[in-house]
Amino acid sequence: MSSRDVILGRVRRALADVRDDEPPYERAVRREYQREHGARTAEENVTLLAENLADYRALVHRCTEGELAAKIAELLAERGARTVVVPMGLDAGWLAESAAEQVPDRAEDTPYDLDQVDSVVTGCAVAVAETGTLVLDGGPDQGRRRITLVPDHHICVVRVPEQVVSSVPHALERLDPVRPSTWISGPSATSDIELDRVEGVHGPRTLEVVLVNGRDEPDVLA
Amino acid sequence: MSGMFVGMPAFPKAAHEVVGNQTLRGNLRHATHTIRAKRAKAVDELSDWAELREAGRRIKDHTLRHLDRCLEQLEESVTAAGGTVHWAADADEANRIVVELVRDTGESEVVKVKSMATQEIGLNEALEAEGIRAYETDLAELIVQLGKDRPSHILVPAIHRNRGEIRDIFRSEMGRWGRPAPQGLSDSPAELAEASRLHLREKFLRAKVGISGANFMVAESGTLVVVESEGNGRMCLTLPETLISVVGIEKIVPTWRDLEVFLQTLPRSSTAERMNPYTSTWTGITDGDGPSVFHLVLLDNGRTDALADQVGRQALRCIRCSACLNVCPVYERAGGHAYGSVYPGPIGAILTPQLRGTQSEIDASLPYASSLCGACYEVCPVAIDIPEVLVHLRERVVQGGPVTRAGNKVVLKPAKGHAAERAAMRAAQWAFGHPGVLRTGQRLASRSRRFHPRTLPGPGRAWSASRDLPTVPAEPFRDWWQRGHGGEEAK
Amino acid sequence: MRVALFLTCVNDTLYPDTGRAVVRLLTRLGVEVDFPPGQTCCGQAHYNTGYRHEAEPLALRYADVFREYDAIVTPSGSCGAMVRELYPRLGARARAEGRGDTLATRLAPVIPKTYELTEFLVDVLGATDVGAYYPHRVTYHPTCHGLRSLGLGDRPRRLLEAVRGLELVELPGADECCGFGGTFAVKNPDVSAAMGVDKVRNAESTGAEVLCAADNACLMHLGGTMARLRVGMRPVHIAEILASTEQEPPR
Repeated sequence: MSSRDVILGRVRRALADVRDDEPPYERAVRREYQREHGARTAEENVTLLAENLADYRALVHRCTEGELAAKIAELLAERGARTVVVPMGLDAGWLAESAAEQVPDRAEDTPYDLDQVDSVVTGCAVAVAETGTLVLDGGPDQGRRRITLVPDHHICVVRVPEQVVSSVPHALERLDPVRPSTWISGPSATSDIELDRVEGVHGPRTLEVVLVNGRDEPDVLA
Repeated sequence: MSGMFVGMPAFPKAAHEVVGNQTLRGNLRHATHTIRAKRAKAVDELSDWAELREAGRRIKDHTLRHLDRCLEQLEESVTAAGGTVHWAADADEANRIVVELVRDTGESEVVKVKSMATQEIGLNEALEAEGIRAYETDLAELIVQLGKDRPSHILVPAIHRNRGEIRDIFRSEMGRWGRPAPQGLSDSPAELAEASRLHLREKFLRAKVGISGANFMVAESGTLVVVESEGNGRMCLTLPETLISVVGIEKIVPTWRDLEVFLQTLPRSSTAERMNPYTSTWTGITDGDGPSVFHLVLLDNGRTDALADQVGRQALRCIRCSACLNVCPVYERAGGHAYGSVYPGPIGAILTPQLRGTQSEIDASLPYASSLCGACYEVCPVAIDIPEVLVHLRERVVQGGPVTRAGNKVVLKPAKGHAAERAAMRAAQWAFGHPGVLRTGQRLASRSRRFHPRTLPGPGRAWSASRDLPTVPAEPFRDWWQRGHGGEEAK
Repeated sequence: MRVALFLTCVNDTLYPDTGRAVVRLLTRLGVEVDFPPGQTCCGQAHYNTGYRHEAEPLALRYADVFREYDAIVTPSGSCGAMVRELYPRLGARARAEGRGDTLATRLAPVIPKTYELTEFLVDVLGATDVGAYYPHRVTYHPTCHGLRSLGLGDRPRRLLEAVRGLELVELPGADECCGFGGTFAVKNPDVSAAMGVDKVRNAESTGAEVLCAADNACLMHLGGTMARLRVGMRPVHIAEILASTEQEPPR
């Protein structure tokens, strides 16, 4: 008998007390919790996202679509980035004003190659206001998972307010489980020394988030 | 479970050492109190915590009650997504499977994400025996591995170490495993984290095989989820060519949507964060992104035995957040090692005796490693009534009875060493069944009270070594009452 | 209303003053209280040590002795919790073992009628000011079963705050267990003692003269620890504070 059969047999014997007429999943799992906490406008969600990101030591910037290229160029220059990884589907205009050498996200590059790169610029799939979380799902403007991991400086662009949802339940609704996803809430951190939080371990130690407003109205939210 | 815990002394004996160790007591007190206050704050932020907790309980209960169907569905979806599913009835089988899979890659080293399941089965030792070196990459696991130590906490296995001790371990041991600690390394947590970043980076970059556990497995989609903080998880899950995940069969949730509950309750319960820095989800393999080979090893190793126990099975709801450890006054004073298992604290005290049985000295003592204060139940995000299961397991220890071991129903005999207690309990029950007898005893105690010692010899020292005995009053209440009320003598 | 006092075996044998205080307090509040002499022990120590079957006859005795009363008042959070939280479980387990509904049915009537003293005062009598006078600095330890099993909440504190002359001071780490835990105190003596010492040190730091709780089992452990540490505080059951008046000060 295979171990598969052994284990499934044990499970079925262990559950001898479970009757066939037990309520199905939909009725057994009561969901009386809230879909989101508190009523906020789309703009208020953006503000909360910014607060929560900053609370976990992400550096948050805000600009309009028209200012984005200059903002990214400024952030890369401040960092002293000479090279920057760029996902295949990233809007070419975003990096138009930066002098940093662009490194495409290629399958054949090794982790060692990536380790030589200074920064990475990506978009995201969705951002969660209540938790200060960015979710990347490997979309064309986000690239392979490793490019936002190995370089030490990650600039993530969030289109606001349309990419911002209020809560974790709403974020999951927007995601396809088949695509690999990475949920990022601040730069890498650890609580392993005396259960106290310190930022900066293996992932990018600097996370910069640019909240870009599609309409050209500078700083209405700032 | 792992060989490192074989032959552990009973809990009270192991705890005795810790209670007297002031450094260790200080480390544990500092860490648990720090996180306790933060957790309370993080939980208070959510007005619907009780409803989330109830939903989490129901999702897990429903899954457990239909575990066979969930497992079959999971296998089907993982396979359809390009993964390979293996089934391991016990630790030895799981270790054999993983060793074979690593051998097939031709590699002699692996990088590991912190995983309770692989600790439970002693995978590192099994790999080592076959000439395969496993590098732990979680900071606390690294501290434990470098220090040739044992884990003492679910979330923070090196919680028993303070920053100074960690610095000393890094200075003396890192060089033996790879890149040495930076010159002049201080004990600041930021510098210690930086040292681990530098030490492990070369291992991540060259790794061809990663080994992980998982926090959740979604049956409907075949998606696995790892919740972490440092980014070592992402390194192990995405850089290697081959990924092997060893996961307990109880880690399933039925649907993708169910994650909306646990991704809210787990981070707040464990690290007291709104959300942990990194969560990775993956479904089988993805072309051109991450590992090209994915193996899932589904582990039983005693879980179906726990499932067969209608009271004890709730322990399988556990999402390994460790809130119960952080709030437990016994854990705080005895430390994690005293529990003799990779699962310490209140959850360990109910999980270990179910996974391993209650036959060894340490395992039979675990259900008693609690004052039943209930703080663990109060904070548990899936509402495991730990005191209820502790008492249930005490009954198993002292009275024996039917249990399931390795899938077979057996009848346990009462454990040894409880004969005197059993006799005393029965004598007390008899006396309490006869108020006249009770009253005679009370009067005897009252009349002889001038001769009562302040301390007791023999087993009574367990009380009187640290506490004075209460003084016996001149008469019991019932005598006073009867004098005043002329009530009838009880039969 | 026919009200019975379930004093508990520990109080009957070792703390008769607490029983006398409950009687005095309830009488002062106009409640005629009875002490049925057939009462002995709720079975908590048996149950919690793993002797569930031995606890069953004691639970049945409790149900029989108190069946006729409208309310059963006990000055013990843990014994109150045994009846209210664990008697239903005794019945359910017997049913799961194929022994039918007899145990559950016989225990059922007394379960909702059992009140811990402060619950009875606040919820049933609607009293928070019980007319007590106790001119001392007091700190209050909410015992685990009162706090988490029965959910006594702020009832004891409201009662204490209304006592004239009493200065109530906050106990640091109040909701942490004192380390008694029934047979835990002797099965894990080192951890139990360490918890007791920490609790006593916290109490001492408040500068209170009196450590008050609603359970003498915990106070026996803490009082024994205080005596051993030669701490200048004394343990006092809340009933004895609430029973005190200018005319009848505590002994």
